[in-house]
Amino acid sequence: MRGGPFILVLIAVAAVIFGLARWLDNSYAFFVGYVVVQYIVLGTAWNILGGYTGYVNFGITAFFAIGAYSSVVLHKLVPAMPLPAMILVGGVMAGIVGIGTGYLTLRLRGVYFSIATLALAVVVQTLITNWDFVGGARGAYVLRPRTAPLIGGGYIDYLFLIMLGLCVISLATARAIERSSLGYGFAAIRDDEAAAEASGVPTLKLKLIATGLSGGFMGMAGAPLPFYVTYLDPSSGFSLNYAVNAIAMPLIGGTSTWLGPVVGAVLVGGLQEYLRVTISSAVNVLVAGVLMVVFVIIAPQGIVGLFKRKRQ
Amino acid sequence: MTALLHVEGLGKRFGGFVALDGIELEVQDGERLGLIGPNGSGKSTLVNCICGTLRNETGSVSFAGEKLDGLLASQRTHRGLARSFQLPRPFASLSLAENLRIPILYAVNARSTGRLAGAAIDARCRDLLGEVGLAGKADRLPRDLTQIEMRKLELARAMAAQPKLLIADEAMAGLSHAEVDEIIALLIRLNGQGVTVIMIEHIMRAVMEFSQRLAVLVAGKKIADGAPKEVVRNDEVVRAYLGE
Amino acid sequence: MDVSLDLLMNAVISGLLLGGFYAAVSIGVAISFGMLDIVNIAHPAFILLGSYIAFIANSVLGMDPILAAVVALPAFYLLGMAVYQVYYVAFERRDDQSLRGLSFFFGLLFIAEVGLILVFGVDYRSVNTPYIGPSLHLVLFDLPWRLLVPFLVSMVMAVGLQLFLSRTFLGRAIQAVAQDQLALQLMAANPVKIKRIAFGLSIATASLAGACLIIIQPVEPSIGREYIGRVFAICVLGGLGSFPGMMIAAMTLGIVESLTSTFFGPSWSPAVAFGVLLVTLAVRPSGILGR
Repeated sequence: MRGGPFILVLIAVAAVIFGLARWLDNSYAFFVGYVVVQYIVLGTAWNILGGYTGYVNFGITAFFAIGAYSSVVLHKLVPAMPLPAMILVGGVMAGIVGIGTGYLTLRLRGVYFSIATLALAVVVQTLITNWDFVGGARGAYVLRPRTAPLIGGGYIDYLFLIMLGLCVISLATARAIERSSLGYGFAAIRDDEAAAEASGVPTLKLKLIATGLSGGFMGMAGAPLPFYVTYLDPSSGFSLNYAVNAIAMPLIGGTSTWLGPVVGAVLVGGLQEYLRVTISSAVNVLVAGVLMVVFVIIAPQGIVGLFKRKRQ
Repeated sequence: MTALLHVEGLGKRFGGFVALDGIELEVQDGERLGLIGPNGSGKSTLVNCICGTLRNETGSVSFAGEKLDGLLASQRTHRGLARSFQLPRPFASLSLAENLRIPILYAVNARSTGRLAGAAIDARCRDLLGEVGLAGKADRLPRDLTQIEMRKLELARAMAAQPKLLIADEAMAGLSHAEVDEIIALLIRLNGQGVTVIMIEHIMRAVMEFSQRLAVLVAGKKIADGAPKEVVRNDEVVRAYLGE
Repeated sequence: MDVSLDLLMNAVISGLLLGGFYAAVSIGVAISFGMLDIVNIAHPAFILLGSYIAFIANSVLGMDPILAAVVALPAFYLLGMAVYQVYYVAFERRDDQSLRGLSFFFGLLFIAEVGLILVFGVDYRSVNTPYIGPSLHLVLFDLPWRLLVPFLVSMVMAVGLQLFLSRTFLGRAIQAVAQDQLALQLMAANPVKIKRIAFGLSIATASLAGACLIIIQPVEPSIGREYIGRVFAICVLGGLGSFPGMMIAAMTLGIVESLTSTFFGPSWSPAVAFGVLLVTLAVRPSGILGR
């Protein structure tokens, strides 16, 4: 399927999902849907740098939070700014930070990049915790508008719609990368960076592109968060859950294609929600970590990979 | 006439160990140069420094009149240098044909002329695989290959970059007599098309058959450089290989 | 002016003592990352495990935390060997991308943190010992025993390990496997077995480090994450594979953190280590005394 038709199919699926949720008229569905779709975006973003290019980013919380907190700042300075504009700004800021970190560390071994991203997460968290304008450690309250612009109804519907839109864009981007020379370049870097460089692949440039795209999408996924939670404080905004989920879901679903993060997000997200409702909210958080470790040991190709092998 | 490749006073150390010491080497356009030397003499280090995988501390490398110092390996490949790795380094998750796609997409298409697109790329990949006898396995993964086939893939991938100068680093290790002949014929054919070739080998028969000129590296220093028949009679060379 | 100098001196002294403790925390990673090239970012999780075991022994049995850690040492050693075995079979032997190995340890870190939250909750836990509180009064400054005891334990551990590595056959084999695995194989020693022992040692150090940690400060499950940055900052700054370098880096970090905490407030200190790490990686990745 070529790129154009694929986007149309995605949009159609998203429209159907949204229509279904609207018809059910259950705000719980919107809340859960938002979370799962948010993780599709986060997982896809992580996978562009992780699964496609082979560089593990542990600092997801940093980029995600940059997006969230830039929304808080923009909302305070320009309350009338529409959400899509905030998303763009959040994405660009996160993307720039990503490229900056990459520029400092991507010339070293991949392992050092990963450690640096861990460092980045804590540095950004500390900076924000000490920044009073966004509430510091006490957190910030963000008033969620009563009704949704454009489509009417509850604001949460609008948030879900926006997140679906981001999801379509990120999946389309991931798939476009997969089939392009950029995707081949990423794969070459992942498989053998020195050989890739010797074959003419400008590895640093491509890695920076991957880092910028990855960070940017994470920032975009974080931008609507303040409106979703209405109260944003560093310990929840920087929760390790985001990082583990964003990594675990692609690893479980499969890292070699755009479909992997989707499968991972839906399955793991769904399982987490089920466990949260039936057992406890502490246990559901454990699930992602345990499954990740299990899959990484036993089924490194993820669920998508298992199916591929069965077919061959 | 300026040489295609000019290595001047090249030096490289690893900590306290001197791997290369003041290497002077010229390769003329269209030449077939053989490079031999005992294990550990620095041949692969020299290749790495010429191609930019390693940075040399002293001296410089010029290619087609342009100094390469400070250029990344990928940039050197764009300008027409290509090499095969001594220990094959295929892209493990890509098929053989896709392995060859990479240099075409990133080296050939980085130049202003001669770019390929669409079906032409696929055709080129399969042609190249055919030239090294791997056409039948075009859609297989490198892990399905024998060691020998992986060496051929290495060579094909270097060729896919359409270089002006190809450095073949021990491409024939482990090959049978007939396969060695195949590769020699392939490289001579390539040379006939205008590609300058540096062959690094231990298989003396191949080196003697192939080279127009022979250089010898021992313990990081070049100890001989000239017509093959004379170089192999050189006392120092004999001593280096047979010991004192 | 007098008060300021006093404050400065105390900050530096505390920083030095703290740095000594940081060295203990980092020794494990100096072995696993510096020598075995295994990026065990879950090391702080094992340290926390040590802290909580010391906490239980102290609150239930009234045992001294250091003593508890020594008793727990063999268990930690075995745990380390088990973890390495899994790591080896799943990743090293398959020669897989480091992506999965890293994710494995990250997963362990996360599971440990959540597991600790489930069992112990998010409240701070601390131990009671006779030496927390009083200080050693010297002429010019005071040395809190709370910092001094862990410092001394760390020194003993560091020196002990250094001697082990350089004087014993097994220790030298570990150094050898770090430098040249093939040569070791040719000497008919099994590199996998040696690495397993080394990793076991690395985790064993976490037991003592954990006891030291809970003596210095109250612990709760999420502080493991702060220590990742410290530990790797120290190892990278000191240069991988260099014990003396690591000690110097640990002291330096301790002092810098202490000064930051005293003059800018404690909420900035987690960022210090990570900031140092980022700067080091950007400017001089081989570290102060690195190879």
